[in-house]
Amino acid sequence: MAGKTLYDKIWDAHLVDTQDDGTCLLYIDRHLVHEVTSPQAFEGLRMSGRKVRAPEKTIAVPDHNVPTTEGRDKHIDNEESRIQVEALDKNARDFGINYYPVSDIRQGIVHIVGPEQGWTLPGMTVVCGDSHTATHGAFGALAHGIGTSEVEHVLATQTLIQKKSKNMKVEITGKLRPGVTAKDITLSVIGATGTAGGTGYVIEYCGEAIRDLSMEGRMTVCNMAIEGGARAGLIAPDEVTYAYVMGRPHAPKGAQWEAALNWWKMLHSDDDAHWDKVVTLKGEDIAPVVTWGTSPEDVLPITGAVPAPEDFKGGKVEAAARSLDYMGLKPGTRLTDIKIDTVFIGSCTNGRIEDLRAAAAILKGKKIKDGMRAMVVPGSGLVRAQAEEEGLAQIFIDAGFEWRLAGCSMCLAMNPDQLSPGERCAATSNRNFEGRQGRGGRTHLMSPAMAAAAAVTGHLTDVRELM
Amino acid sequence: MDKFTTLTGIAAPMPLVNIDTDMIIPKQFLKTIKRSGLGKNLFDEMRFTQDGQEIPDFVLNQPAWRKAEIIVAGDNFGCGSSREHAPWALLDFGIRCVISTSFADIFFNNCFKNGILPIVLPEEAVAVLMEDARKGANARMTVDLEDQTVTTSDGKSYSFEVDAFRKHCLLNGLDDIGLTLEKVSAIDSYEKTLGQSRPWV
Ligand code: SF4
Repeated sequence: MAGKTLYDKIWDAHLVDTQDDGTCLLYIDRHLVHEVTSPQAFEGLRMSGRKVRAPEKTIAVPDHNVPTTEGRDKHIDNEESRIQVEALDKNARDFGINYYPVSDIRQGIVHIVGPEQGWTLPGMTVVCGDSHTATHGAFGALAHGIGTSEVEHVLATQTLIQKKSKNMKVEITGKLRPGVTAKDITLSVIGATGTAGGTGYVIEYCGEAIRDLSMEGRMTVCNMAIEGGARAGLIAPDEVTYAYVMGRPHAPKGAQWEAALNWWKMLHSDDDAHWDKVVTLKGEDIAPVVTWGTSPEDVLPITGAVPAPEDFKGGKVEAAARSLDYMGLKPGTRLTDIKIDTVFIGSCTNGRIEDLRAAAAILKGKKIKDGMRAMVVPGSGLVRAQAEEEGLAQIFIDAGFEWRLAGCSMCLAMNPDQLSPGERCAATSNRNFEGRQGRGGRTHLMSPAMAAAAAVTGHLTDVRELM
Repeated sequence: MDKFTTLTGIAAPMPLVNIDTDMIIPKQFLKTIKRSGLGKNLFDEMRFTQDGQEIPDFVLNQPAWRKAEIIVAGDNFGCGSSREHAPWALLDFGIRCVISTSFADIFFNNCFKNGILPIVLPEEAVAVLMEDARKGANARMTVDLEDQTVTTSDGKSYSFEVDAFRKHCLLNGLDDIGLTLEKVSAIDSYEKTLGQSRPWV
């Protein structure tokens, strides 16, 4: 019999029930909740007189809708946003779940708060009504997004009805070159496989370049597994993982820590495990990349040029033509000739302390280009406080960046931070869809260091020239 | 949830690939705390200009497809976020079935929870159905879930696969939570062993 993958092992450990047709009931260890995808689920519970089965395993934080400017704990101008945040306040209270309101320094983007507080641990099943739940896979946790009906299902039963996905291995061999980051890895993988390349699979990322990443870099990689279409992305836990987890508020302590560690150590794919699909990239072949279009698969090395629709096949020809029109780009234009109006550093992809350090390293002693709008939005109140302590905040402010409070901010235009039509943004977030950052807004995805470089020069820039 | 058995209706052709959830329902409409009323904002930025005028070229604004109940779409329909507002908006508009060569995983799941049937068919079949959909209001497609077939207005029929459990729930309009709660003793005993095997959880 073939060995098991990491995914197989986590799956098996969480099986509550299996039906004859292969439909399974999977136990959920952690349920994260935010204000946008949960109101209808709580309403459903109330209507049917149900309770939250495991409130101690349920964690809520408002992030999508909240303004990132001072005073938001007193008042949120936008009425609909305010109603959603108030609904979460009330639901958290009524159902007795763990809660980090905007007034709490620990508030932030749900996928940053979970790991930071030690809620996310290796080998767990973690779900949230948000597709970037994939982020938590960096701990070797099976983590994925669910819809609101499923949110209600998990609240009521602490389980999820699931069918098993297939196993896909994405190996990044060797070392990365200078200036190349976790963001470049994850974008390059999507560039290679396409946004549907992972559909039906759970990805395990492995190889030397992945092992060499910090926990924060690993979170960046797994965060975008969903952009590759996968249900989840996983990285097997190792010493780097344990060191990150140890001592966090909700991590196990004492004898429980030892027991947990013993269990975590068997969380790896066996050598003879079966893979349904394998993709291998060489670490040294990966360059700093940016996206040119309106799909995360539209990835090119920064040294490249805007492609033409005819470079593609099938339905992608029309999609590329539409992208170029929306993005206001002409085929053949060098990527480094594309001018930028706005820079956004933040999001659950790149809003952690190392991301801010990487951007600040480029910005130190420099100013952003005249007329540029640039903002940094830390992923949580604690990241923000740490960045202030390390002097990073001052570097950003001196360079001309706005220094904001934690939240999703300009990653998606649900709060006051938005692009205007035609405005072009260098963003460290994960989606460049039409209108994602504001109607008519144009998004180029890249790493924090690359976004910082663009802020300085005013156009897409190869960060290696500023290093 | 409404049952889904058979559906005969107008199909709208949307050949674009990678139609994402931000296109289906832009995020400014996610601020509701209700499930209903999102149909008027379905495909908002493709359907309306910034000042709320209809964009005449958009398929669902054309007389032939205003009452569409089926969408035939390009590859990877529904990619992007987990927002269930996407199927809610489709349903509220009147769409009960989407046909494509592939769907994004979470969107695909969400459809079944709301009585929408997503059908995956090979490229050749989708191409024929796309042509049929282009005929507009005079051509009605028939989807039969019991038989697992889609039939074009001129009688060409294609079989599709559907998960048996999901089919059962859709045919009978069954609520997942109720079904799962019938297994509550299995959940209880799982939690009991969990207390011993992984007490830190
Ligand atoms: S930062 Fe962006 S991608 Fe992440 S949870 Fe918030 S909106 Fe979603």
